[in-house]
Amino acid sequence: MSSRLINWFKFSSPATFYPLAGKIARVSAVIAVLLLAIGLYMSFFVAPTDYKQGEGYRIIFIHVPAAWMSMFIYLVMAFWAGMGLVFNTRLSAMMAQALAPTGAIMTFIALWTGAFWGKPMWGAWWVWDARLTSELILFFLYIGFIALQGAISDARRADRAGAILLLVGVVNIPIIYYSVKWWNTLHQGASVSLKSGSSMSAIMLETMLIMTFAFWAYSIAVALYRVRSIILEREKDARWVSELPEIRS
Amino acid sequence: MKGGIAEFFNMGGYALYVWGSFGVTALLMIVEPLLVHQRRKAMVQRIRRMVRLKSENQT
Amino acid sequence: MFSAFRTIVARDLVLAMRRRSDVLTTLFFFVIVVSLFPLGIGPELDTLRLIAPGVFWVAALLASMLALEKLFFVDFQDGALEQMLLVPQPLSILVLGKVLAHWLITGLPLVLLSPLLGLQYDLSTDTIGVMMLTLLVGTPALSLIGAIGAALTLGLRGGGVLVSLLVLPLYIPILIFGAGAVEAEVSGLGGVGHLSMLGAILLLAVLAAPLATAAALRISAE
Repeated sequence: MSSRLINWFKFSSPATFYPLAGKIARVSAVIAVLLLAIGLYMSFFVAPTDYKQGEGYRIIFIHVPAAWMSMFIYLVMAFWAGMGLVFNTRLSAMMAQALAPTGAIMTFIALWTGAFWGKPMWGAWWVWDARLTSELILFFLYIGFIALQGAISDARRADRAGAILLLVGVVNIPIIYYSVKWWNTLHQGASVSLKSGSSMSAIMLETMLIMTFAFWAYSIAVALYRVRSIILEREKDARWVSELPEIRS
Repeated sequence: MKGGIAEFFNMGGYALYVWGSFGVTALLMIVEPLLVHQRRKAMVQRIRRMVRLKSENQT
Repeated sequence: MFSAFRTIVARDLVLAMRRRSDVLTTLFFFVIVVSLFPLGIGPELDTLRLIAPGVFWVAALLASMLALEKLFFVDFQDGALEQMLLVPQPLSILVLGKVLAHWLITGLPLVLLSPLLGLQYDLSTDTIGVMMLTLLVGTPALSLIGAIGAALTLGLRGGGVLVSLLVLPLYIPILIFGAGAVEAEVSGLGGVGHLSMLGAILLLAVLAAPLATAAALRISAE
């Protein structure tokens, strides 16, 4: 095997990945805090008032990043699930399991901010808009995955069953999205779209991008931090765990 | 946004909605790391006890 | 390979006929759920006519999901499933056979029964015709996708509720196109578009779902 392939798999063993995850988690946590601070400052003080929606539109600066994150995290989980099944590396399944709660929270944030934004703009807490409905279904997919993981006690079976559910889910996401869009346009008289009416000025777009990267860094930090405790849970009898500095001290 | 603090918090009448969504998001993004940290601390203590028990049995 | 498929279907049908009660429970569940709605919403015929497609389809969804549990559980318990895993023929063919048998027992009766219930909702004959057609195309897809959930939650305690959590989100496109087809037909728009989408989903399910179910079975039966 070419040497490049070997060290590619070096980090697939929990023992070598554990310290690496710690370092990356700390770095991305710092980045997350920094970007969040900048993003929040910009979304309140730099971004101009929207001529149509006044101050209410500022919710977009967390609604859209959270919605993107919820979708992106599910795709990353499906990627790790695929890797786990193909290469049989148990760490990939741990990554998918570690990402699930963060993805579910991001989906909940997207739904919550979507409702809080819908109320002033369209007068209803819940609008059966195609994207909000698909977001709700995505939330059910996350809950299904977490419930399945919780219901299976044997870790190996939980990993592989979860992986199959994720792959089936990721195949279904486009189908669900377009069927909901079809359903929405059928029953929706006026086309209610969540995009703010006015076109996005450069500043608004910049703020949203910064907030998106902040959400990225936050998710990476939390997921890696959680994967460390999952590794500890799974490898608690291993010798390398007992020699860890935090265990021995 | 040069107005007074009160005017800032009023958010042009959308106070409930803006602070409702930002507040919940902030709450979740603080609670989640704390829960993960707690989970990890509990796990570390449990392993520490296991290691100590194992070493006591051997001696 | 086809003979293995045939034997599996024949075997499951014979087994099901022996325990006739299982067949009827799904059927009566469908009837009861459909009959509950007028009691809840009120007897006005035009409202009933309006909600009929949605009610029928949601009831069909729930009925097919309830019947999923028995799909693999009996074989899993008495060890027949392990034998099936060792068969030289591809497991997905056997799964397809089992799902077809399961559909013949639980899905088809729903389709045959829907005209009777259609009268309860004062549906016109061609609406009932379209309803039956959509159910005929939709319920096999429900069983196929549901089989994945049944295989994943095999032998788990509280598996029944878990299956619904895993599988319902995946049923949503079928529900949308199924109920939508009937509604479009009734309102004169023509449900051909919905029906073709339903057919597409069925084809995708026939090809892909058994593979996922087979993989899930290998994991669960380990």
